[in-house]
Amino acid sequence: MKILSDIGKYFQMMGSVLSRPENWRVFRVRLFDELQNIGVNSIFLVALMSVFMGGVISLQTAAQMTSPFLPESTVGYITQSSTILEFSPTVISLILAGKVGSNIASEIGTMRVTEQIDALEIMGVNSLSYLVLPKLIAAILFFPILVTFSMTLSLIGGWFAMVISGLQTTDTYVMGIRSYFEMYYVWYALFKTMVFGMIIVTISSYFGYYTKGGSLDVGRSSTNSVVSCSVVILIANFILTQLILF
Amino acid sequence: MVQVESINKSFAGNQILHDVSATFQKGKVNMIIGQSGHGKSVLAKCIVGLHETDSGRIIFDGRDFTSMDKLQKREVRKEIGMLFQGAALFDSMTVEENIMFPLDMFSKMTKKEKLNRANFCLERVNMVGKNKLLPAECSGGMQKRIGIARAIVMNPKYLFCDEPNSGLDPMTSILIDNLIREITYEYDITTIVITHDMNSVIEIADSINFIHKGQNWWQGDRKSILTTDNPEILNFVYAADFMKQIRSTMKENLSAQ
Repeated sequence: MKILSDIGKYFQMMGSVLSRPENWRVFRVRLFDELQNIGVNSIFLVALMSVFMGGVISLQTAAQMTSPFLPESTVGYITQSSTILEFSPTVISLILAGKVGSNIASEIGTMRVTEQIDALEIMGVNSLSYLVLPKLIAAILFFPILVTFSMTLSLIGGWFAMVISGLQTTDTYVMGIRSYFEMYYVWYALFKTMVFGMIIVTISSYFGYYTKGGSLDVGRSSTNSVVSCSVVILIANFILTQLILF
Repeated sequence: MVQVESINKSFAGNQILHDVSATFQKGKVNMIIGQSGHGKSVLAKCIVGLHETDSGRIIFDGRDFTSMDKLQKREVRKEIGMLFQGAALFDSMTVEENIMFPLDMFSKMTKKEKLNRANFCLERVNMVGKNKLLPAECSGGMQKRIGIARAIVMNPKYLFCDEPNSGLDPMTSILIDNLIREITYEYDITTIVITHDMNSVIEIADSINFIHKGQNWWQGDRKSILTTDNPEILNFVYAADFMKQIRSTMKENLSAQ
């Protein structure tokens, strides 16, 4: 029953989040702040993860290439397709659920237990729209940029691993990347990322906003938000893949 | 004027407020006092709409707050200033940004006008030149004063103060009390202070509502609270045995005269 009540409360919350901002100028300022917090501040982590992820995918694929009937360019092809279809959108989103999600839940949770949200409400501000909407728009706008960046760096990571280990030449690897390339898969990945961004921001905001108690409960909300975001992302990934690719 | 009529409030079957009625006069410091856990803060949060009441009415100058929808309630709240127990300043903003925040949200003032208004409020609470400090860099007393400045920046009709002296030394408490009283008289606003600090009550209360076991147990002014024979109030006001002895000596002297 608790889960049904939580789902109901979540959708009620979304009703308030998606209402018109009270002051567009303040909203614009908040949006740019959140683009910085949620997006720009995640670039380094995404870059680091992507380069090593691409390198490991290509090395592991090369290690499996024992059959002489498989063309050498298969390594590039598999790196490209697994990066675009799954690793960049899903794995990076799971990592961002940890970084961005826990940050949002603890920020809003702390505001709740220190009565800052009550202060907003007393002033007549729609606290949900003021706090969550800029984060939501920032995530929907910036997560696809992060994932595009991740795809590029992952492919570069794969190339670097192949060249530095002497397993392949640049030409063979690039030929693999280019073969069977489907732009549709990139759009699919970017769409998935936008959905994941929405999931991360709204679920972690939900846990933060409805925090009760003190600092221990803020920590608990933060942990619960990361776990819930990860589970919902995995379920949404399965559903979206089924709906879009088949 | 704020009127509360027969308010009931419970949480998960546990009734906190029982049929509470009270009137808080304009231009006066109205105090809600009582022991911890007896429903003072719940009553205040019901009045400002942070908690929904189970039954009863709250009337702001003839406007029935309880029957309003969300948007209408927001409009009334723009006339309310509130000082929270922990000041509830926004951590990420400077003192100046905190005070200017309601103006940024709801006024059409230019930046210069907003800054002038913020400086005026800072001056009013003796915090001149502290504009660029962050809340974390301010002491408890300074945070309370900034909270008051933020509460009055929009010229509110109603000022709520939730335990304004908690965690402050006696000198700073008197400073905050005097500030609340001056602002109430100067701007002729309805001020409601929730406290269990008897010094504040004796210092600035114009009217007092004593909340006990979720009921409005007693109403009066600061003179009558010292002389009443109501046992619950006696236990609250003269909590220490030493104070009780002083009171009985005082009473004996008075009757001897």
